[in-house]
Amino acid sequence: MVAAAGIPMYDIPFLTVGGGMGSFVTLDYLRIYGVPTSQMRVVSNIDHPWQTYEFLTRCSQIPRGERIRSDSSSRPDNLWGFPSYALEEAWKEKKLSYLWQILTEPLLNDYWTPRAGTVFKNLEREAKRINYWDMLVKGQVRMVRRRAGGGYFTVVTPPDGAAATKRIIFRSRFVHIAIGYPGLKFLPDLQEFRTKHGDYQHVVNAYEPHEQVYEFLKTRPGTVVIRGGGIVASRVLQRLFDDRERHGLQTQIIHIFRTFVSGSHGPHIWARRKGGDGWAYQGFNYPKSVWGGQLKAQMRKLEGTERAKKYKEMGGTNTPYRRRWQEQMRAGRSGGYYHPVQGTVDRVEHSQDGRLVSYVRSSDGIVREPVSDYIIDCTGLEADIAEHRIFADLLQHGGAFRNPVGRLEVERHFEVKGTANGDGALYASGSATLGGYFPGVDTFLGLQIAAQEIADDLAGRGFVKKMGPLRSTSQWFKWAFNSSV
Amino acid sequence: MVPTLWGRIQTRLFMLATVGAIITLLIVPVLPGSSGPLSERYVNGFLVLAAVGVLGIIWELIYHFLMQFRWEKDWPTLFGLLTLVPEGLVLYFLLRSGAVDVIDPVPPAAFWTHFTVVWVCIWLVTNGPMRVPFIRWRFRGGRVL
Repeated sequence: MVAAAGIPMYDIPFLTVGGGMGSFVTLDYLRIYGVPTSQMRVVSNIDHPWQTYEFLTRCSQIPRGERIRSDSSSRPDNLWGFPSYALEEAWKEKKLSYLWQILTEPLLNDYWTPRAGTVFKNLEREAKRINYWDMLVKGQVRMVRRRAGGGYFTVVTPPDGAAATKRIIFRSRFVHIAIGYPGLKFLPDLQEFRTKHGDYQHVVNAYEPHEQVYEFLKTRPGTVVIRGGGIVASRVLQRLFDDRERHGLQTQIIHIFRTFVSGSHGPHIWARRKGGDGWAYQGFNYPKSVWGGQLKAQMRKLEGTERAKKYKEMGGTNTPYRRRWQEQMRAGRSGGYYHPVQGTVDRVEHSQDGRLVSYVRSSDGIVREPVSDYIIDCTGLEADIAEHRIFADLLQHGGAFRNPVGRLEVERHFEVKGTANGDGALYASGSATLGGYFPGVDTFLGLQIAAQEIADDLAGRGFVKKMGPLRSTSQWFKWAFNSSV
Repeated sequence: MVPTLWGRIQTRLFMLATVGAIITLLIVPVLPGSSGPLSERYVNGFLVLAAVGVLGIIWELIYHFLMQFRWEKDWPTLFGLLTLVPEGLVLYFLLRSGAVDVIDPVPPAAFWTHFTVVWVCIWLVTNGPMRVPFIRWRFRGGRVL
């Protein structure tokens, strides 16, 4: 049927869809396990794997020189995590203080975390080393469908002029989907305001470019409302505080927490997270043991509602406790220019002078109506997976179904449940699979854990040989000397 | 590596049997203050290593219990280094008191040099190089098997 339609078809045993960090990390594993580039393709609409990640980090106030929130030994460019980023930066910058910090984290110091620039530079080096661009096919994936006889068809729209036809098709035994976040979701009241007034300049999401906010505040004193209590809110706050200091600004900040955390919280003494001043504190996106400790081991055994319950227990918005941020917030509170409040926002409207009024209702019944020049939504809500056409199609026609928290249900080895076809397998990793047997999916180390499970499963199916200690060590030396895999 | 209980115990025994054994082989002839035939000193050195392993299982149970009070259920790098103090002291006094009579009394300088060097080497290997040959180890809470 495909041939009769005149659509060109290419055979490729392993195809990964997405071309961001998830695809990259998976290809990196498979290349190091020993799969040649001729056996794999990545279909993507971006040019290099860290492009979207860098865009989002830059918008949310982490330019290359700033540090991301990630563990030193979570290296997407180095599956062994050794030497860690801390060792590398300490060596290159001749800074013993980094070693002291990594030794004493998180007890005497904040967690040591790498600069965004360090991560991107190393990704570029590794992408070259594994010949990433030999595998890249530019295009937009429309759908992945099971084919009669096993394996899958992936329908791709190539960029204008890149191919003779409007569509091309890949026929593969294995497909991997890592298309990242299906999309951003705004807080409902802010979405309503934006749609009603067509104002995309004053009510912004922290993940979209919003430099105009900071530029405006440099020209005259203004007030900003921040919504959300996570890492992005911390980042945006830091930027506002830094600008105040650097440029002598008069910015006033009203920070609205829906859930205001005033101290340690949790059901019992063995499940208590630190918090205060509105925030819940945690070093990384998840408690550390999800990447290999007892939380990982526990979750692996849970099904259905029990799993959903466990997710709820360890979930909740949080941010790291960083000494610098604490200082800035303390100064802001005592200086009367940083006002953290608890509340839910009923609606946002224009004031008479054209500014923004938020109608905030606190749990104690008090209603506040702060007026601001800008509102920055830092809640980082994610859209439903069905917002993305590939997932929508898989849920409708591909046999896939949702997990207990509403995303894509995958096996322990990240095969999408219900989509097996003959000797083929369909895998997914990243944010879309949150709620599975492994929780930390949308993190660097989580993507590597997924990639390892996938690579080992592929080894079980005879696609590649499982990597043992000897190959691993020799491949590590190749990584260290930057020689080809 | 963030350990599980079974992972802790396995990692300890594996490390003592590999890194610990190699360091013991190298260091015993030059330990300060020790005397007697080399073969006896080697037997003693390896018995000390074995004692660290056996007692260590009890220690790991204690560490695992203490770890439950931490929200992250993690075990900071520094803890892994500093626990050498209580573990060393308890073993040292057990040996001095003659409670473990299969091991001859060890001169203090020899015991502490041997114990500390082995401990620090194991700690260093556990915090990095171990991940090079064993890529699944850190994702399994330290289980080797």
